[in-house]
Amino acid sequence: MARRENAEINAGSMADIAFLLLIFFLVTTTMDVDSGISRKLSEKPPENYDPPIIKMRNIFEVNINRKDKLLVEDEKMEIKDLKQAAIDFLDNGGRIGKAIDDKPGAPCDYCNGAKSNKSSDHPNKAIISVQSDRGTSYGMYITVQNELLSAYKELRNTYAKTQIKGRYAGMTYDQLLLLDSKNNNELKAVVKEVKEAYPQIISDAEPTK
Amino acid sequence: MSKFAKKKKGLPAVNTAALPDIVFMLLFFFMVTTTMRETDLKISPPKLPNASEVKKLEHKSLVSTIYVGKAKPGDQDKFGSGDKIQLNDKIATLKDIASFIYSEQEKHNPEEVPYMTTSIKSDIKSNVGTIHDIRTELRDVNALKINYSTRKGSLAENTK
Repeated sequence: MARRENAEINAGSMADIAFLLLIFFLVTTTMDVDSGISRKLSEKPPENYDPPIIKMRNIFEVNINRKDKLLVEDEKMEIKDLKQAAIDFLDNGGRIGKAIDDKPGAPCDYCNGAKSNKSSDHPNKAIISVQSDRGTSYGMYITVQNELLSAYKELRNTYAKTQIKGRYAGMTYDQLLLLDSKNNNELKAVVKEVKEAYPQIISDAEPTK
Repeated sequence: MSKFAKKKKGLPAVNTAALPDIVFMLLFFFMVTTTMRETDLKISPPKLPNASEVKKLEHKSLVSTIYVGKAKPGDQDKFGSGDKIQLNDKIATLKDIASFIYSEQEKHNPEEVPYMTTSIKSDIKSNVGTIHDIRTELRDVNALKINYSTRKGSLAENTK
């Protein structure tokens, strides 16, 4: 009887096969992480809906024309000044705020603004309205949105740093968001408090033609 | 002839037995960290705007993407030179957005639907009018969460 030893399987081409698979995956997949400016649209208003009347001093009007030039509260402005103007408007705290869950409106005791009569009453009443032209470039529109968001972020950071007491005292809002809030009700409550101190109210008006 | 004649010895072959293991490791790394490319762009690749206040989009499977930009230079005779909207694999019109969103919602459980996000990947040269029309369509079908896709970088690039 011929005795044959088990011949070893030649695995030399295994590497080639694996390389082939590797290259296939490199080509067909992407690695980029999607990120961007998130926004929640308002719901479709019912028919015969009467929009609530809002006082002019509580609206911060930003107009962008078709040449990508800015008009803020009826004055020309450069994009670099927009953030400060928005902060001044939001943080003004001239009068009392909106009543929330039966609690009567209170004056804004954390605002650092000028408390002027002509600007917003309270951060929770302040509305930023962006009106662009149909011909405005998308790049400019995003730049404006970005500046407004960074104004909110700065106010929220200051609020978190100065007003929050307890375990999370002295942290900015950005730092709070980086923490893991799963199963951490204290952190969730803190984040909610900061959000409610400066709620983001940015509305997009119908663009002009 | 001496008994101790030198045997001819070439360089010993490098042992490549571990090579497949290394390549497989790389392969698994890429399989885990990347996602499949889903659509071919029919419009010319949009140059996304830059922004700094960005949020990461989580749960990629819950994201439906709308591309906005100009048609490819070769296709402009066919599609015209205005802003074009791409849904899935073809250039579409505003009216198709509603059915696109419904078909995306169909793929998920009803309880996941409120978390679905529409990501708008638009070229910086597009008109806000087009974006607004898309927004109105989305609002009509109650797909309220949207995300303007951006990159990180300098804002000055946006208006060039």
